[in-house]
Amino acid sequence: MSKELEHLSAKVAAGQMTRRDFMGRAAALGVSVVVAESMLSSAAQAATPTKGGHMKVGLQGGESTNSLDPALAASTVPFQNLRAFGECLVNVAPTGDLDFRAAESVEADSEGKVWTFKIRKGVEFHNGKTMTSEDVLKTMQRHSNEDATSGALGIMQGIESMKADGDYFQVTLGTGNADLPYLLADYHLVIQPDGGMDNPGAGIGTGAFKVEVDEPGVRHVFTRFENYYGEMPHIDSVENIVLNDNTARTAALQSGQVHMIDRVDPKIAALLSRAPNIDVRSVAGPGHYVFIMHVDTAPFDNLDLRLALKYAINREEMVEKILRGYGSVGNDFPINAAYPLFDASIPQRQYDPAKAAEHYKKSGHDGSPIILRVADGAFPGAVDAAALFQQSAQAAGIPLEIKREPNDGYWSEVWNKQPFCASYWGGRPVQDQMYTTAYLSTADWNDTRWKVPAFDDMLLAARSELDPVKRKEIYSNMANMLRDEGGLILPMFNDFVEGVSTSVKGWIDDPNFGMMNGFAPHKCWLEA
Amino acid sequence: MHPILTLVVQRLALGILLLIAASALIFGLTEILPGDAAQAILGQAATEENLANLRAEMGLDRPALTRYFEWLGGILTGDMGNALTNKLPIADQIGKRMSYTLFLSFWAALISVPLAILLGLIAVRYQNRWPDKLISGVTLASISLPEFMIAYILVFFFAVKLFWAPSFANISPGMPLLEQLHAISLPVAVLTLVVLAHMMRMTRAAILNVMQSAYIETAELKGLTTFTVIYRHAFPNAIAPIVTVVMLNLAYLVVGVVVVEVVFAYPGMGQYLVDAVVKRDVPVVLACGVIFAAVYIVLNIIADLVSILANPRLRHPK
Repeated sequence: MSKELEHLSAKVAAGQMTRRDFMGRAAALGVSVVVAESMLSSAAQAATPTKGGHMKVGLQGGESTNSLDPALAASTVPFQNLRAFGECLVNVAPTGDLDFRAAESVEADSEGKVWTFKIRKGVEFHNGKTMTSEDVLKTMQRHSNEDATSGALGIMQGIESMKADGDYFQVTLGTGNADLPYLLADYHLVIQPDGGMDNPGAGIGTGAFKVEVDEPGVRHVFTRFENYYGEMPHIDSVENIVLNDNTARTAALQSGQVHMIDRVDPKIAALLSRAPNIDVRSVAGPGHYVFIMHVDTAPFDNLDLRLALKYAINREEMVEKILRGYGSVGNDFPINAAYPLFDASIPQRQYDPAKAAEHYKKSGHDGSPIILRVADGAFPGAVDAAALFQQSAQAAGIPLEIKREPNDGYWSEVWNKQPFCASYWGGRPVQDQMYTTAYLSTADWNDTRWKVPAFDDMLLAARSELDPVKRKEIYSNMANMLRDEGGLILPMFNDFVEGVSTSVKGWIDDPNFGMMNGFAPHKCWLEA
Repeated sequence: MHPILTLVVQRLALGILLLIAASALIFGLTEILPGDAAQAILGQAATEENLANLRAEMGLDRPALTRYFEWLGGILTGDMGNALTNKLPIADQIGKRMSYTLFLSFWAALISVPLAILLGLIAVRYQNRWPDKLISGVTLASISLPEFMIAYILVFFFAVKLFWAPSFANISPGMPLLEQLHAISLPVAVLTLVVLAHMMRMTRAAILNVMQSAYIETAELKGLTTFTVIYRHAFPNAIAPIVTVVMLNLAYLVVGVVVVEVVFAYPGMGQYLVDAVVKRDVPVVLACGVIFAAVYIVLNIIADLVSILANPRLRHPK
């Protein structure tokens, strides 16, 4: 009983439970008001950070082929490593505001074309050198020049020229973009000495932790960098342990070998949260699971057929059965409340077999089964989700045939190649970036082949529009257009579901990415 | 030259040819796999532009035969080259990882081989009585379960419920030996359970076979105890088939630990190979494949030699 109360009082201190609820539970357990009050106050005292300790984080998404080169990072462990030892010009705060790091401030001209970053003074690299605007310039050049192999190459393409001038770093764009600082918050764009031109994988950055052990695919240890300019992390060191196997990761948390794990399987999240020493943190984010149709390929070039399929999917059922409630329903456009300037008034599309049947009939489809390609690697539970889709479509008289593809090679052979398949998107910090990445005519990853000049025009207009009210209106129009005509069926937005030991304090929900957008080791502390 | 020495030289030469053939086969298979290292690295983030850049950087834009012979030339001069993906020298990585894998296999072998043979002997001694049935039942049950299942069961009880052993094998170079052994206790237990039955059953069958012979009857008639008969007279004559199956299992302990390594996040060769295949890192796949093939070939040569040495008729051919 006292264990349960302790757990509950910690929840109150963390703001996850109201005081009133706590007193109610305490009374139900037969505890007097006085005792309950004293428990609450000791829990509040425990909220003062404890210094020191070695934090262990169990993560999926690490391979022995990983390197510390920021340009090559593409999975969770390299991301988490970059967060530890490196820093970008700016970060996106949990509130969606800019959090200035290597840059101290930023100014734009009236059209949003020329952006000038003031570089912070007295920032030291782990090799003892002082960071200059030259380093920033070289870093950006390495990610954007012609033979770059960087994962950030796509977002660097709109840049016309860059220059370093004393304490300032200036970016000139071809067309105005009100979101440029958000683009430069991309996790690949970690500032390296001399831009990392000579030794990109050296692991030298300006972050709050420096590299201690680097064993790709096994573990990465970082210790606090004592010359860090900003707020010091509470812990002494952090160890990112690669635990790709779901069961191994969960067992490691349960047996107390790690303090936190990412990607808790929704199937076991509810069970795991019942363990007395573990909290399951579920944070709504911009990530989403999708079924994508190529709007230029038969039979998906027919708007009625697309609408038929959109009405034939049961979103609530998917959130309940695939995500076990750890997520929210989608509305066939890739934006949700996690984004700034989201229009919540757009009506939610519901499962409607009658309407689906009507559109299907109008499309004149010959009745042959529509092939949907899936693999479990497309998103967790993709094969099951496809089966649910098949059933709900069947009810509307639409035959779907599920073709299961191997995980291996799914992203190179199926996604962005086959006309109808399952996929996922991790989301982006701002709407412009999400749309630019996948819905602009010229985008490399336009995986629905959505090439509509009117849509492009709106996107470009919104990009250089500095008035938020007008911008919101344009984004709303774009969302409606995509929802009613586009090639994506978006049944659900998935939460970041993570398991955290109760000895970890200071957790803040961050919708940008998992593990508090990678900053859990910077902000959390370990209670002895 | 002694006939046995000739045989060894012959077998080694054949082994080298076999290794080259294996490497060609592996290379051919990796070429058939969809995608390449550049696509695997960039994944969903691939654009035509950065794909082409990365391919050129890795030299993947050259013909397959050129790449294979370049690799073969390298390996024949003792240079395994660098990994395509993280550019680290493969020899260093394999050196570290192989020592971890050998460490795990060594302890698993040290426990499982004597245990299997002892259990086999006990099973023969109490043939068709309850100890025999119990031993056969338990070992056959454990070999019938998939490895990952045994692993999960052990993790559930010994790591999550009892907190006796760590749930994953977090091992690092500076650790004291006792801590290292504690870290690998569960993987060693799983491997032991997996290989036990095969060796135990073979020991039992081979000895029972010999027990039908006339000289065993003589030994029994002169009044030796059953265990002495098995140990002194039956076992030496049954050694050849037992050694063959032991070697096969030792090879399995080195080569077949992939699943166990993945479940326990153990930093050995298996994990390295799996990651390399996923990322289409062909030089690493080739290096691992050739090493695994070499382990099999060498252990098989040893098994053959032991069978010959254990049999006087083969040892002194007329």
